[in-house]
Amino acid sequence: MNYFAGADVGASRTKVAVIDANGHMVGTRVHRSGTDFTATADRCLTEALAMADIGKDRIGRTISTGYGRKNVSYAQDHRTEISCHGKGCYHYFPFAITIIDIGGQDNKIIKIDENGRRTAFKMNRKCAAGTGAFLEEMSPRLDIPLSEMNGLAVASTDMVKLGSFCTVFSATEVLENIRRGKRVEDIVKGLFFSVISRITEMDAFTEKVVMTGGVVAHNPYLVEMTQELINRTILVPELPQFTGALGAALYARETYMN
Amino acid sequence: MTEEKKIKLKRLESSKVLGKFMADYYYELDNAAKTGERKIAWCTSVGPAEILRAMGFLVYFPETHSAMLGSSRMATELIPKANAVGYSPDICSYLTADIGAYLEKVSPLANIFEGIQGPPKPDVLVFNTNQCRDVQDWFNFYSEAYDVPVVGVHSYVGIQAVEEAHVKSIAKQMEDLIPPLAHVIGNTLDMDRFKETVALSRECSDLWKQVLDTAAAVPSPLTFFDGTTLMGAAVVGRGTQRANDCYRTLLAELNHRIADKEGAIEDEQFRIYWDGMPVWGRLSAHAKMFAALKTNVLASTYCNSWIFSALDPDDPFNSMARAYTELFIVRADAPKEAYIRNMLEFFKVDGIIYHDAKTCPNNSNCRYGMPQRIERQSGIPSLTINGDLNDLRLISDEQTKTNVEAFIEQLAENK
Repeated sequence: MNYFAGADVGASRTKVAVIDANGHMVGTRVHRSGTDFTATADRCLTEALAMADIGKDRIGRTISTGYGRKNVSYAQDHRTEISCHGKGCYHYFPFAITIIDIGGQDNKIIKIDENGRRTAFKMNRKCAAGTGAFLEEMSPRLDIPLSEMNGLAVASTDMVKLGSFCTVFSATEVLENIRRGKRVEDIVKGLFFSVISRITEMDAFTEKVVMTGGVVAHNPYLVEMTQELINRTILVPELPQFTGALGAALYARETYMN
Repeated sequence: MTEEKKIKLKRLESSKVLGKFMADYYYELDNAAKTGERKIAWCTSVGPAEILRAMGFLVYFPETHSAMLGSSRMATELIPKANAVGYSPDICSYLTADIGAYLEKVSPLANIFEGIQGPPKPDVLVFNTNQCRDVQDWFNFYSEAYDVPVVGVHSYVGIQAVEEAHVKSIAKQMEDLIPPLAHVIGNTLDMDRFKETVALSRECSDLWKQVLDTAAAVPSPLTFFDGTTLMGAAVVGRGTQRANDCYRTLLAELNHRIADKEGAIEDEQFRIYWDGMPVWGRLSAHAKMFAALKTNVLASTYCNSWIFSALDPDDPFNSMARAYTELFIVRADAPKEAYIRNMLEFFKVDGIIYHDAKTCPNNSNCRYGMPQRIERQSGIPSLTINGDLNDLRLISDEQTKTNVEAFIEQLAENK
């Protein structure tokens, strides 16, 4: 039993990471969380194990995290995604960092000191502004698949700045800009800017900033834009969507060893 | 599967005594309203109740009704009724819930106390704006609805140090209440009775403080969630002998718990200070959530707001003016921060939770950098949760749970 698993059941996607005793990710899988968190987490584990080419009996311990953390049938314990993202990021960047995690349903700002201890964190308020849900809401309104948004934002030449704080009001602004004949590329970049503005307003940043989450994984241009906005070099882990699952797996390894 | 633990909360035996006190209080008011035997004054919860009681009024506090609307989770359905007649969803949800209940002719009192249909009709309404301006608007609504007079004290806000000028001004306003109140009740203020009432109120305050201070013991015999219901007698009964007797009983039980090293929750690992309003509709859920995390939220600004140590029967007007102006909620940030730092030390607190209540800016102390300043000064970490006192539409239970669990994980890792 030299392997450990972390299952991150998020509001939008479920991610499972399998690590070996050295903390290397050997299997990963992500699926839409859907309505049956338990089944999705099972499926992710099965496929992550297949990727790692190991059997389930090789998993010494599993920790779950995310909104559905209490729905994972094979987890022995659970921790919040705040702790797990912190753990996962510090694994890659072992110094004082501020983590910006953009998830489907919520954003997090997490501060980790040079010893890997969490010193503070913030989640977005009860509002979708600045989250993946904001982009998901806007995608059908603009009739653009989510997967094309990053490319469109990159092609923008004259970003449309959206002033509203609220998703619904932003949608009205978007419609107004479409009516005024603004280019879709410029509107999409405006949406991206809106996302990062909401997040960077949440807290102050340390020198080293790490960005994670599915939204970042699929829209790398957000990182570039954030870098420009806060004037910091931003670090992104190898698989930014899996840092929560990795952190959970690292906790599983740590508690197993102890 | 990592199942959520089923938590059974410990009950204090003396909560039954306090419960009986509250029942008798509401039945007495209801009887007076039905028979007209006694005049009824409605008063804000930190208003000049001692004057009213000494003059012979029975005193009803609409805020307790609003808290019951919250804890019974009736408020969320009623708030929109008040919104529809012009009271914004962004203002005090005590006010909107209570006015909504009036408009819909419903009351939690009717569900709890057989034979009581709702709040007792007032003969006069008396406010003190020391809490907020909303109480004045709230009482003005009822003045019009019931066609009864409304009088009040206009307090100062953001006070750094309570000066003699503040005290004199508020005391004068309190004295000026006497003629209109005398007109309603038909007799004037008897100074001896007034002094007696202030003496009883001071005693109530001292006893309530002793009750809350027991939470300094490790483990604490009391939780904030216990306090929010046990404080009923300090709010509605201060100035009466019976309220004081109730608190003596409660104090004895808490001291017994301390002697037995019996905590209010099992295996207390973390001690939390709560700033801001309770989330009334989630009182039990929050109590269980924290208990499951072996965390005792044991002290609060809120429950301590009914401690009036300045009350002095030998100088009733001035001392009342001082007591009701020294309150946390009336003060500037510097004295507020000093107050919280003292509380953190006294109660040996590991972390602070600020409740940012959407409709209660006056009692949400996390909006102008205070958590960050206190954390820098004390080194004690804090968490802000977004919610509301009564409007459950403004609450995300999952976010609250994740925030709280993450905060306790942080405390555990850094302990």
